[in-house]
Amino acid sequence: MEQKIQDHAILADKFNKDIPRVDWHDKTLWFIREKRDKAAWQIAEWEELREAASQVKNNVLDNLHDYLLEFEKQAQQNGVTVHWAANAEEHNRIVHAIIKEHGVTDIVKSKSMLTEECHLNEYLQQQGITVVDTDLGERIVQLAGEPPSHIVLPCIHWKKEEIGELFHQHLGTPKGNADPQFLTAAAREHLRQRFMTSRVAITGVNFAVAETGEVVVCTNEGNADLGVQLAEVHIACMGIEKIIPQRKHLGIFLRLLARSATGQPVTTYSSHFRKPRPGQTMHIVLVDNGRSERLQQESFRNALKCIRCGACMNTCPVYRRSGGHSYHYAIAGPIGSILAPGLDMKKHADLPFASTLCGSCSNVCPVKINIHEQLYEWRQVLVKSGHVSPVKKAGISGMAAVLSRPGIYKVSGAVGRWFMKYIPALVNNKLNPWYKQREMPAVPKQSFNEWYRQNRKQNGKQS
Amino acid sequence: MESRAKILQALSKKFTDHPAPLPDVKAFPPTAGDPVDKFEFILRGIGGRTVRVSSYTEIDEYIAKEYTSGARIISLVKEVAGSAITPDIDPHTFENVDLVVLQPHFGVAENGAAWITSDRMGDRALPFISQHIALVITTDSILHTMHEAYEQIGNADHPFGTFIAGPSKTADIEQSLVLGAHGPKSMTVFLLSR
Amino acid sequence: MKVALFVPCYVDQFYPQVAIATLELLEKLGVDVTYPESQTCCGQPMANSGFEHLTHGCNDNFVNNFSGYDYIVCPSGSCTLHVKDHLHATNETAAAGIRKRVYELTEFLTDVLKVENLTSHFQHKVGLHQSCHGQRGLKISQMSELVSAPFSKTEKLLHMVKGLELIKLSRTDECCGFGGTFCVAEEAVSVKMGIDRVADHVTHGANYITGNDMSCLMHLEGILRRQQSPVKVIHIAEILNAAE
Repeated sequence: MEQKIQDHAILADKFNKDIPRVDWHDKTLWFIREKRDKAAWQIAEWEELREAASQVKNNVLDNLHDYLLEFEKQAQQNGVTVHWAANAEEHNRIVHAIIKEHGVTDIVKSKSMLTEECHLNEYLQQQGITVVDTDLGERIVQLAGEPPSHIVLPCIHWKKEEIGELFHQHLGTPKGNADPQFLTAAAREHLRQRFMTSRVAITGVNFAVAETGEVVVCTNEGNADLGVQLAEVHIACMGIEKIIPQRKHLGIFLRLLARSATGQPVTTYSSHFRKPRPGQTMHIVLVDNGRSERLQQESFRNALKCIRCGACMNTCPVYRRSGGHSYHYAIAGPIGSILAPGLDMKKHADLPFASTLCGSCSNVCPVKINIHEQLYEWRQVLVKSGHVSPVKKAGISGMAAVLSRPGIYKVSGAVGRWFMKYIPALVNNKLNPWYKQREMPAVPKQSFNEWYRQNRKQNGKQS
Repeated sequence: MESRAKILQALSKKFTDHPAPLPDVKAFPPTAGDPVDKFEFILRGIGGRTVRVSSYTEIDEYIAKEYTSGARIISLVKEVAGSAITPDIDPHTFENVDLVVLQPHFGVAENGAAWITSDRMGDRALPFISQHIALVITTDSILHTMHEAYEQIGNADHPFGTFIAGPSKTADIEQSLVLGAHGPKSMTVFLLSR
Repeated sequence: MKVALFVPCYVDQFYPQVAIATLELLEKLGVDVTYPESQTCCGQPMANSGFEHLTHGCNDNFVNNFSGYDYIVCPSGSCTLHVKDHLHATNETAAAGIRKRVYELTEFLTDVLKVENLTSHFQHKVGLHQSCHGQRGLKISQMSELVSAPFSKTEKLLHMVKGLELIKLSRTDECCGFGGTFCVAEEAVSVKMGIDRVADHVTHGANYITGNDMSCLMHLEGILRRQQSPVKVIHIAEILNAAE
């Protein structure tokens, strides 16, 4: 687990060795961004809805203590067992204990980014439990032994021919058949058997309503419902920030979630689990894992408003051209880049720099998280905490010295056109990374400053 | 219990003396236009079928035409033909159900979803495990938006409820839309006007 | 009206013609423009790299140069936005005044001077690259992500130029991939973004790519020249100042 992770720039460079694939990846995700735009434009009050969602989430973050207590009380009255986990390890232990108590070794799990964050699958596998991810995309990456590359579209980086080959190897489908209809049918049959035999089902949680103690799970495939309704035990795992105050607020969020995610008007299923089915036991695991600490950080707390729609990934020009795995964290893209350093600054120090700060992410965010501003803030925090290369530090310090002294600036500009001298030198690389695929700008005879002194000061116009 | 206390302790630190207020959900008025037309348009766009009928007999006739006599059809709508279910039956036995017919509380025009609760499902597994699903929705019960939907649901204490919008679907393989991922391969909504 | 011309460092060093065009254009429009000669940079290259704490000297120099004017005008959305959002200095009152009075060139033309017609002439097919900081940061035009009424201060000005044909793009406001130090730190993605942006303009028949930010255009120019493309980049100030 503790191997050295390559940073985003290196992984992105590798991804860009196959340009047709980058183009395909970019176009596929842009298509989803366009669908999102079309869906948003159907709603005249779209921007007001985003504002309302943002306000509800702000209110939640300011009152989380009280809402969690209310939620717990309601859930318990509904006959649900509520667990609290301070961190990922505790979450994993709690889930394992429940599974063990029921003497089960094979379970099904629908999509849950929290369990990805906690590395639940690896943990359970080490304890001898077989976990089958039932979301089709998640199942595909699971069979391939990979993490998802996108929170909503886990195998968006896979081509159908590759999936055909994967299914041929693992599910025995005929070699060379890459028809999505056929492959989906094969997966349906394969996973039906799992649904029919699994006695424990794990789900994530999209929204947890404090007022009623119910949890809402949204899927298109119906895999969360099928898993839960055929199991004896339902374990719902959620980060503590998933709380919303009242049921009626679901109206706001369900209008935004799927439209932002895929451009659908709503997910096929938006299921409200309030009480276990007769004979079933239901558990909810509330997980902190750094969230309470994050709440105290003014600049970064509102990243906890995230409803995991993935819109920021689809719109991100960097994500589209570097692939989800280049972010080496369960949640990729812009939102992942502001969440990951909060968990481990050292490990994820590269991510806030994997952005041009173009701001498109903040504009599509349905809960109005100021993602690009937080990326900027993280850069400041990371540098101050020493997570920066010595080459870059020296380069920037030199630059700062020149720019605060106009006299030196003029001389250094005249000699070396300081910009092109300093910027490429920030990267520890023998080759000039600007020049590798771009021409250098031509150097003019004189700078503007020189031109001005020659042409305007003589005319009596002085500053 | 130790973690519970620890988490609550960490959260009890007030971040601000002026917590953000909750917005007024009623600020979003229903959109213009006929909600039934809109419901039909949207639902068809997301893979659902709609059939306008004016009597339960028409529904029976439609189903009889679409399904062979050997098909296992369960109907939870007493006016629509189909077998009933016995209480406390193992949900796994529904694996070979071809069609389930249910009556949701209402439909939502803006997204083609229908709200159905566990008391109308017979068994909670039925809407998901069945190969196909049919819903009977009266046209006068179709609402404009999700805000209206939650107003209608109010504080009702349903153990389980779900919005269903079309057949089970996935686009996980290269964004190609495939109907029938795990649940029903088709959804037919009978829009019943009286 | 006392106006100070704020020239971004890379414009000063590499694209003096852009600053000259800006100066001449403003003068043509009857503005009394001063160029404070001891200016260097807004500090953005450092701050965006995470070294905002090293920009004090640079910021103090900026404040020394730009205090006491009614407006500070800059032919760059990015530098303007940086000053607006992040300029802090020993003399914080002066810094706050500057943050309020700094304008990107096109917004100064449309919002302060309220320019309704120009005498410029530019007989070419032109693609507009909307630089992110000007567009999303300063709100120079409507953004494709938002459900809101269309407007564009830049296009409004370009429509006043005789002979100019503005081409349509497939992606109206995708980032070019320059991104300050991103252009070298994330070389592969930066270049790929630039290549894609250039392709959008070229396939739609642009002879020129224009924009409010020379930094983006410098990046696109580097790619165009490597491709030996006949397509050129040109700053909007140069077009608006182009003589009949």
